[in-house]
Amino acid sequence: MKKVLMKGNEAIAEGALTAGCIAFFGYPITPSSEIAEYMARKFPLLGGTFVQAESELAAISMVYGGASTGFRVMTATSGPGISLKSEGISFLAEAELPCLIVNISRGGPGLGGIQPAQSDYWQATRGGGHGDFQIIVLAPSSVQEMLDFAMEAFDLADKYRIPVMVMAEGTLGQMMEPVIPREKVTQFIGKPWAINGCKDRKPNIVNTLHLSPEFLEERNHVLGDKYKVIKANEQRAETYWTEDADLVVVAFGLMSRIVKKAVMEVRKRGHKVGLIRPITLWPFPVEHIKKAAETAKMFLSVEISMGQMVDDVRLAVNGKAPVEFYGRIGMIPSPEEIADQIIKLAEREGF
Amino acid sequence: MKIVAQRPESLTPAKFHYCPGCTHGIIHRLVAECIDELNMRENTIGICPVGCSVLAYDYFNFDMLEAAHGRAPAIATGIKRILPDRCVFTYQGDGDLASIGMAEIVHASARGEKITVIFVNNAVYGMTGGQMAPTTLLGQVTTTSPYGRKVEETGYPIRMAELLAINEGSAYISRMSVNNPANVTKTKKSIKKALQTQMKGLGFSMVEILSTCPTNWGLGPMDALKWLEENMIPYYPLGEFKVKEAL
Repeated sequence: MKKVLMKGNEAIAEGALTAGCIAFFGYPITPSSEIAEYMARKFPLLGGTFVQAESELAAISMVYGGASTGFRVMTATSGPGISLKSEGISFLAEAELPCLIVNISRGGPGLGGIQPAQSDYWQATRGGGHGDFQIIVLAPSSVQEMLDFAMEAFDLADKYRIPVMVMAEGTLGQMMEPVIPREKVTQFIGKPWAINGCKDRKPNIVNTLHLSPEFLEERNHVLGDKYKVIKANEQRAETYWTEDADLVVVAFGLMSRIVKKAVMEVRKRGHKVGLIRPITLWPFPVEHIKKAAETAKMFLSVEISMGQMVDDVRLAVNGKAPVEFYGRIGMIPSPEEIADQIIKLAEREGF
Repeated sequence: MKIVAQRPESLTPAKFHYCPGCTHGIIHRLVAECIDELNMRENTIGICPVGCSVLAYDYFNFDMLEAAHGRAPAIATGIKRILPDRCVFTYQGDGDLASIGMAEIVHASARGEKITVIFVNNAVYGMTGGQMAPTTLLGQVTTTSPYGRKVEETGYPIRMAELLAINEGSAYISRMSVNNPANVTKTKKSIKKALQTQMKGLGFSMVEILSTCPTNWGLGPMDALKWLEENMIPYYPLGEFKVKEAL
């Protein structure tokens, strides 16, 4: 198909529509609002549902209701909105309702700012809400991936009956790049658990209350077993020049593209540096890091935060090599700045 | 032999967990009878709240969903917008609807969501053990208003039916009571009217039902009915507050 120029937020909305999403429930928040605006323009023409909810709490609850009917539904917001939606995300995870949740992230804590950030990493990968649960988190690094990951998110959500988050820095939501549109999805898996009226079958119940302690434990094991399968099957990352790397930089999202430029520059200057770009933030690509840790002498996590993903890098490296961190918040590190950091480390360690 | 009374098809054979003298059971039965009589069981989706009726999914014999505290009207919105020909109702208590879920109920009404709300007002948080509700009466003793509800500290009880009747999106709003057989009959008629309002696509509908909580009021079942009549009805007048003309 012919390439079209699209804004990241529009690409994610277009990807969702292409994947057969029929309803959007959301609340305006910068820098994600274009997703809601795009859906508000499209759904009346397509025959889908757009509701501007009274709050983030109501929006995620509408998603809960919508997802329980078995249709593909979504919401989009930014970090402060995810904080409020965390109640509903916990319910969605336990009720095993598939849906797409988008976080076009900005800096915090509190109201923070509207500049791009990656400081919602813990919130996204540590559940955010109450109870033992995980959601799949995909981190696109281009406008094309905003569209593609929205589609993949719905497939993963249906496959595992799990909410899936696409998390991207505000920059990715706001910037424009050429995008190849995809074929419309028309095949969907059956959802015999959906609540849509009990004609010719026994009533279905969507519920997260388990008063029996034995059954509550059983339910947590059911979820835990599912998470193990996802961890085994769905870890995704891109690796560059890690085979001979003394130093492996780890970065996700748009940040990884900036880091890639820095790594290429540093390699030109003779230092053996590689890059791992996690695509799934949960499940974290432990296997990719583990493999690199067999030969690498040092890791460096570069993030637009005070250092969050670095925890997961350390867990995956498991003491095999030192793990350093470099990050900015509110500001985005430049390729030159990162290259300087890498060279400083390389010279200090004698790589 | 002729059958003169039996369990509605819309109720399961499960035994209610409600306390002796609690009127939730009567209200469950009325809802079930109305859905049976309108021949909508296989087309109905019910949403239960957090509160004493949290387990209503065990009692209603059709598709059910259990909501987060106060969010039932938003969840109902999500379902109804996607499946507009289904009958979607929420069943909520006073803490759920008039406190933590105030934004959700007001906006569902303002948007004119074509859903029906069964609002059970017993002036107290039942399941958590008798704390003050937004509908607790002045002077009423609860575990969090142990010296009686005082205006200076907690303001006034909220009249939800009157409040929601103001919204243009509300098509049918009433307040009923199940304190005696005559009122039980009137409540049933009102529930049916509310469900019909929804199915005709006229807008938002709610029946507020004054109900007893003998356990947390510290009264026997008969005394609780008397207390409701003498204290709740004067503050919460019965009747229809909004009936959209097309009805």
